[in-house]
Amino acid sequence: MTLPHSHDAPVALALRGIDKRYGNVQALSAATLEVRPGTVHALLGENGAGKSTLMRIAYGLERADAGAQFVWNDRVRVTSAAVAIAHGIGMVHQHFTLVPTMTVAENIALGGHGRLDLAAVARRVDELSTSTGFALNPNARVETLSVGAQQRVEIAKALVQAARILILDEPTAVLAPAESAELLRWVRAYADAGNAAVLITHKLREARSVADDVTVLRRGRTVLAARRDDVTPDTLTSAMIGEELNGTRAKSSAGDSRPRAASEAVFRADRLTLSDADGIVRVRDATFEINAGEIVGIAAVEGSGQRELLRALAGRLAPASGVLAHPSAVGFVPEDRHHDAVLLNRSLSENVALRGAGARRGMMDWDAVGAQTERLMLEYDVRAESAHVPIRTLSGGNQQKLVLARELELDSNSERALVVENPTRGLDVRATAEVHARLRSAALDGAAIVLYSSDIDEVLLLATRVFVVFERAVRELPLDRERIGQAMVGAA
Amino acid sequence: MQAPALRRDSVAWELARAILVLLAIVGTTVLLLFVGGYSVSSGLAALWRGSLGSWYAFTSATLVRAIPLMLTGVAVAIAFRAGVLNIGAEGQLLAGAAAGAAVALTLGGLPAAIVVVLALAASAVGGAGWASLAAFLRSRFAVLEVISTIMLNFVALYAVSYLVRGPLQEPTHVYPQSSTIGDAIHLPRIVSAGRLHSGLLLALGVSFVAGWVLRRTAAGFRLIAAGESPSAATSAGGIDVMATTTRTFLVSGALAGLAGGVEVLGVTFALYENISPGYGYTAIAVALLARLDPWRVAVTALLFGGLEAGAGAMQRDAGVPSTLVTVIEAALILAVVAAGALRRRSSFPASDTSPITA
Repeated sequence: MTLPHSHDAPVALALRGIDKRYGNVQALSAATLEVRPGTVHALLGENGAGKSTLMRIAYGLERADAGAQFVWNDRVRVTSAAVAIAHGIGMVHQHFTLVPTMTVAENIALGGHGRLDLAAVARRVDELSTSTGFALNPNARVETLSVGAQQRVEIAKALVQAARILILDEPTAVLAPAESAELLRWVRAYADAGNAAVLITHKLREARSVADDVTVLRRGRTVLAARRDDVTPDTLTSAMIGEELNGTRAKSSAGDSRPRAASEAVFRADRLTLSDADGIVRVRDATFEINAGEIVGIAAVEGSGQRELLRALAGRLAPASGVLAHPSAVGFVPEDRHHDAVLLNRSLSENVALRGAGARRGMMDWDAVGAQTERLMLEYDVRAESAHVPIRTLSGGNQQKLVLARELELDSNSERALVVENPTRGLDVRATAEVHARLRSAALDGAAIVLYSSDIDEVLLLATRVFVVFERAVRELPLDRERIGQAMVGAA
Repeated sequence: MQAPALRRDSVAWELARAILVLLAIVGTTVLLLFVGGYSVSSGLAALWRGSLGSWYAFTSATLVRAIPLMLTGVAVAIAFRAGVLNIGAEGQLLAGAAAGAAVALTLGGLPAAIVVVLALAASAVGGAGWASLAAFLRSRFAVLEVISTIMLNFVALYAVSYLVRGPLQEPTHVYPQSSTIGDAIHLPRIVSAGRLHSGLLLALGVSFVAGWVLRRTAAGFRLIAAGESPSAATSAGGIDVMATTTRTFLVSGALAGLAGGVEVLGVTFALYENISPGYGYTAIAVALLARLDPWRVAVTALLFGGLEAGAGAMQRDAGVPSTLVTVIEAALILAVVAAGALRRRSSFPASDTSPITA
């Protein structure tokens, strides 16, 4: 049975026929969401499916191009977050909006108006602590709190403003499993008290354990809206990742232009455990080998530990325990090119010279670097006026080609190894195809390549093997879109 | 091949900038003299006489003032290039002056050449030592160097004030100053008439070497990369950004300290409270106007040296307060920053990464 779409049924929150376009990208087309009173509603979808955009519209942070919003059956126009709050809508963002140096009470008072009575706020926090079981200390400074406690402050902020519809954006992404379970129990109780909660997630297990209803977005459209009991992990997965499975598989195996794996291991991990900067374990006990000539695709939803895995393979993160053998110099193409890969104001030559600059001694031979840069530009078809213009004057595709050239070509002496993270994000179709061709030919030449992409199709297109990272575990799966998709969200 | 650092500025832009700077100087001066009710012609004449009007004025006033500005200007320029906002050149200069004076006074018995070298070395060490306080706070506790260095300027000022009334005071205990150092320990004069001393050669040498290091050496390139983007320098370059910036901070302090030692050995011959009329602060303007390039600092230090020399003459001869020149200097910086912004808009997409380099 699907959800009643009759507009007479009671709704806590409804969004109907929502369109939203950013430039050339249609983020949402006729997206629909119906949240019944007293329920937890899971909003599912891959990265970029439009989940967050839809909820930002509901909360007044974005304006829809078309469509209607209803709150407790009334048509409303939510033109700002203030209006949303007035209608009893609260939102807990994935990235918290707290002032770290202020106390819990002060943070909660921030949303208020008029005279500031911190004592009253503190009393209100105490009441909330009792009614929610959150155990908040109003006088604790936020920066001293754990991530989970900070999240409870965010929720308290919404509750103080009498939110009866609470939108939680990937709330468990930052939490340890025990904290997640606790949060989901609270969300369940909140909904049972007659409120409504929308849980944005891409974890199927979580959706199925707590939600009453699920809505799945894919490429900006609502492709599934159903009661929890009427869906299986399979139907949810195929709704999320689409039915083009067979097409992709056929295409990727056709003609077998894939590099064939040689046998020598370039990377070898044995019971590898990795922690992030805060000391939280992100990958546990991973054991694998990656050989020359392979492209190993990493598939994972955001925050599953792949970020740390990639940095460890690239030699940028030391293992917390276990063994990781990798070549002395591993090329790395990070996801945030402008921040982590290039000096935007410096020339192409200088950006080429950046590689290995930490170990270089003595003089810079700029003539040689210039010649080398010109050679790379020619080989990798980097379109620029000269090697001496600032790299910021280049298009994203040309910047990325230069970074790729630098990371692939400058270690002729060692085994070639490359780690790439979302290498085609923000690039146009042509540049994407060029980057793909480069990666393939590098692997054919014997480089070991590790590729992470949040676009599972890109992983399947290029990879000779696929590792899925889910909840700290790394495991290899066959090149099967459906099974990989399920493993990414913990459904298989 | 020219080093890439200079390539992107065309000759036309350099020329346009120089003309703009001169127009800004003349325009602001005329405007301020007029608004202030002074005689525009006699004010300008005094400015000219005091700075470039005679060989004596050029060497003994303009060049002598340009020396400490060049050294502190290079100090500020390299620090800013590394992303270290060292506003403390003034304090580091004072620390260097005190250290240099102390060594010159206590080691008076040794051969003069050795004392000069030791005193200058001591001033560099003194300046680096003063900077190391802020550098330590920065690397260990992430204390913003903008705050710590500016505060340490005042500490240095009062420390010198204490020294010239205490341990380093002249034997009669009348004047708040140290004894005068022996003639043999003075930096040699390099023109027959006047006060110009060989510190100029040292300052020009420092500015040349610093510019060369930035353009030609791996260490200089690491410094630039660390300043442009610490994250990319770390991730793509494998550069130890904290070590690079800390080292640069210390070198910057050493150069500012050297300026203090050179002042003591070349101009004042004793440690005074007011040994610096704010060279370490003017140095920030000198460095910014030079767009943080040590070679250009040699030129802008001359310009500011001339302005300050001319300001003295305007005050003496035309009764114009010398603070007027401070206003002119500020107007210059604004004009150059505005020109830089215009240029960026005309040729590049909007930039928000390097406002400091204008």
